[in-house]
Amino acid sequence: MEDSGYSPRVRELLESNSVKVFDLVSVQLKDGINLRGIILPRPSTGERDALVLKLENGYNVGILVDRIKEIRLEEEAHVKQEQILESTRKTLAKAKVHFIGTGGTIASRVDYATGAVYPYFTAEELYSMIPELEEIALIESETIFNIFSEDMTPSQWSQIARKIKQVFEQNAPAGVVVAHGTDTMHYSASAIAFAVQKAPGPIVFTGAQRSSDRPSSDASLNVIGATITAVDAPFAESVIVMHGSVNDDKLLVHRGVRARKMHTSRRDAFISINELPLASVDPYSKKLSLLTKEYKQKSNDLEVYPEFSEKVALVKFYPGMDPSIFEFYRDKGYHGLVIEGTGLGHVNSKLISVLGGLVKDGMVVVMASQCLWGSINMNVYRTGVELLRAGVLPAGNMLPETSYVKLSWVFGQTTEVEEAVKLFKKNIAFETSERNEYKFYPGAWWWQ
Amino acid sequence: MTTLSRKIKCGIEIHQMLDTQSKLFCSCPTKIRKDPPDFTFLRRLRLARSEIGEIDPAALFEFEKGLQFLYEGYNDSVCLVEMDEEPPHPTNMEALTIALKFALLVNARIIDEIHVMRKIVIDGSNTTGFQRTMLVAVGGSINVKGKEIPIETICLEEDAARKIDERKDQQTVIYRLDRLGIPLIEVATGPVIESPEEAREVAHYIGLLLRSLGKVKRGLGTIRQDLNISVEGGARVEVKGVQYLDLIPLVVENEVKRQVKLLEIRDELVARGLSVTDILFEPVDVSKYFEKTKSKVARSALEKGGVALALKLKGFKGILGKEIQPGRRFGTELADRARYWARVGGIFHSDELPGYGISEEEVKILSEVLSLGENDAFVLVFDEREKALKALEAVYKRVLEAFSGVPEETRAANTDGTTRFMRPRPGKARMYPETDIRPIVISSQLIEKLKGELPEPPEETLKRLKKHYGLSDVLAQQLFSSEYLFFFEELVQETGVQPVIAATLLTNTLKSLRREGVNVEVLEEEHIKKVLKAVAENKLAKEAIPEVLRALAENPESSVEDVIEKLSLRGLTLQELERLVDEIISERKQLIMEKKEKAFSPIMGIVMEKVRGKIDGKIVAEVVRKKITEAISS
Repeated sequence: MEDSGYSPRVRELLESNSVKVFDLVSVQLKDGINLRGIILPRPSTGERDALVLKLENGYNVGILVDRIKEIRLEEEAHVKQEQILESTRKTLAKAKVHFIGTGGTIASRVDYATGAVYPYFTAEELYSMIPELEEIALIESETIFNIFSEDMTPSQWSQIARKIKQVFEQNAPAGVVVAHGTDTMHYSASAIAFAVQKAPGPIVFTGAQRSSDRPSSDASLNVIGATITAVDAPFAESVIVMHGSVNDDKLLVHRGVRARKMHTSRRDAFISINELPLASVDPYSKKLSLLTKEYKQKSNDLEVYPEFSEKVALVKFYPGMDPSIFEFYRDKGYHGLVIEGTGLGHVNSKLISVLGGLVKDGMVVVMASQCLWGSINMNVYRTGVELLRAGVLPAGNMLPETSYVKLSWVFGQTTEVEEAVKLFKKNIAFETSERNEYKFYPGAWWWQ
Repeated sequence: MTTLSRKIKCGIEIHQMLDTQSKLFCSCPTKIRKDPPDFTFLRRLRLARSEIGEIDPAALFEFEKGLQFLYEGYNDSVCLVEMDEEPPHPTNMEALTIALKFALLVNARIIDEIHVMRKIVIDGSNTTGFQRTMLVAVGGSINVKGKEIPIETICLEEDAARKIDERKDQQTVIYRLDRLGIPLIEVATGPVIESPEEAREVAHYIGLLLRSLGKVKRGLGTIRQDLNISVEGGARVEVKGVQYLDLIPLVVENEVKRQVKLLEIRDELVARGLSVTDILFEPVDVSKYFEKTKSKVARSALEKGGVALALKLKGFKGILGKEIQPGRRFGTELADRARYWARVGGIFHSDELPGYGISEEEVKILSEVLSLGENDAFVLVFDEREKALKALEAVYKRVLEAFSGVPEETRAANTDGTTRFMRPRPGKARMYPETDIRPIVISSQLIEKLKGELPEPPEETLKRLKKHYGLSDVLAQQLFSSEYLFFFEELVQETGVQPVIAATLLTNTLKSLRREGVNVEVLEEEHIKKVLKAVAENKLAKEAIPEVLRALAENPESSVEDVIEKLSLRGLTLQELERLVDEIISERKQLIMEKKEKAFSPIMGIVMEKVRGKIDGKIVAEVVRKKITEAISS
């Protein structure tokens, strides 16, 4: 009863009437009204002194303890075993796809009796909830952890990378699908792009912007698109598959290192930045259409470098920034810093000498742009030139988040500054490019 | 009303749209729009097989139809919340306050902590796949003509999107999002209503109470009444979407009639010695007998590669053609089902054949092919094989149900007061908490405060209006039992028209126009205001009101000014009238010289013929009298 969410007063009332959560009861109120319903646990917020009943008409109501005259037990809760979904599986698909669960709301369903939402992730459950998968792939699945995506750290990236290695080695799937919360999906997808450099198939991240406990969820379509990509894509890269617009029609395949969550809630929140998406997927005809010719081929070798450093930071410059903030990182023993500067790659000129000091002290300092679109170019203005002279490394048209993940990965491989700089400059997973094409920027998309 | 000898039980559910500043869960305005939408987007909804299979036949059906939904939106009155691209905002307290006040008006018990729920609806009318709704109060009552009518529940919920069109060939339903999210109060009575007239009275009184709160929308579609009707021995049938009061008794009566007739059919089947085992599902392909048919329906279906399928119904002769509601036969019930489950255009049955281009010869051949006995009937459908088969399956199932009388189902009200099959009765509502919105605690202080802000009871309003505007007992009573008690006062104050004219328009005029078959429901309050304003400003004679309203009802898009102009009902000025009377008198000098004052009535007749509807008769009489006197004395 302690975890029912109720205040001690409600718990006492329930105990003194010998009823408990999920019992069917009839509650007599002091003003003569009788309510019949199931006692629910309390939602995490609200009036803890209010007893929550699910009435027979389906509505939940909260009744204050003071108003209750009597509670009578009508029927004891029969503890319902969480029902295992049985698959109608008749798959003829030959390709194998391995699902890795990491948390997030991509897979859950509702128990309408109590309103509880249960996550699901076994292959049988996936087939049962998304029958279309039967035609696409032979699915196996496992959950390696269950956390909110904002709680991910570089150590989880390492775990995911090791798991992918193991899966390709032992199960030989056509591809891997990673179900992930959307908030930091592009960080994890970038991390895997650096960690898994050669693979026999694609690694596809997917998630949901609308929770899967609602009929309008984007989860199923995204999972279908991710599975098609895992089976059919010719590339062996770490990608993100999500809605391409607010329509439930085409999905887009973004390169993990180039994708960014650009909207708090829309289902087409992910956008490829500084390049076009790799492909689009029609989840109904189950066809994947490539939008580029440039990609990493599948490989029989598996090359995985799963180490990441936690001593790298991403810091956003703002006009009133205090220079001593940078020194904090040095004093805490950080190896590297990515600065999200303004425009072509600038910070307040008063910060330059501090940054120069960090470089002298052996830190790698990278400059990315908070503009997101376009390249860093520190030769145009004097501030830039001075930053270069101070030893700050330009990130080109690499996203700030990708630069951060890459630097974290770099220091997972080496602690030698020279080696680190060399590794950082190397284009590993199409995370940067020299050319910025007209069509890469939304200005070219919206008004056509 | 002989059909009403059986006991009936009826409950009413009223949905009243609120006129709040913004929608229930976002800050968009609560405006229904007529202009073309700014953008569209495409969606599908889904439920897992295992979840719907056992629970809700209606939801399962929508799901299996594999429909897609095209939503239409406006940049300035639809936001990401209606598009299901953003979580809902906290509940609109203006709307909740109105619902709480209604609860207090009917002495209902307000819920201490209100929880917003998601009610699964997957016909696409909600972009989310559920309707957000909250139970606000329970256990109230109202008194209607001395009888206590329990108000079981009062809910506050979001309205659904408006269905605009259906493209059957593309499996697409088009909805417009302007209405989605507008707050609705839902009031449900207990099933204690015992006659069609009582149903109207209860609905009317609840409507009055709602309108007395102000901030509720008025006009077509802003209040929707659902009726639960069952006759003794029948079944509970829900009739959706009765849009105006005077239709209620008619719908109840027709539904009662339908249930009684269905029970008679059941008894007749028993009397004929038939049972369900006599009805076999053995469709026969009869396409080849229609190769030279004159029936357009048949020809076009067959030319497209379709088939003709027939199903024999043993012992059903005469039953398919039996009328169960005005203009609707038992065969219509079969056709409704076929249309719904198989989306065919319709069916033919032997009680209506030969006809519709199907010849006697063809009927004869069918009878032979199906080896029809003297009392047997058949149903015929032309369409793609799969659809035709599905249609006959739906027909077959409905025929089996005839053996137990009245099937439980949800029906829709037609504008003539009859009803048609809409969908199977939904299973128990599937509701679960809306986790994106925190529960709302209603404090006793708030309730006390609202108690001080309640409107006067409608009875008081009536008394006040009667006294203040000098209305007769009869007219005041008529106004009270119309839907327009509150609109009346607004009209008089805003237009400055004589109260009697406004009251007469709202009661007698509208009623007699409706009786003449004019669709007065499309008239907007703005129309009526403008018409009365024109009367108040002497631009229109009050006699012309019915004619103008009729024209407006036929062309609701046109402006009041245009209609007045087009009907050349623009009022005459006094000067114009005098000139006209002068002319007429000078043409009839002789008559006046002979008859003197007695010439008034023929002259008046001639003048009125030319000016009727353009100027008040009283004024005409005055002018005519004056001019005759002048003519005589000159």
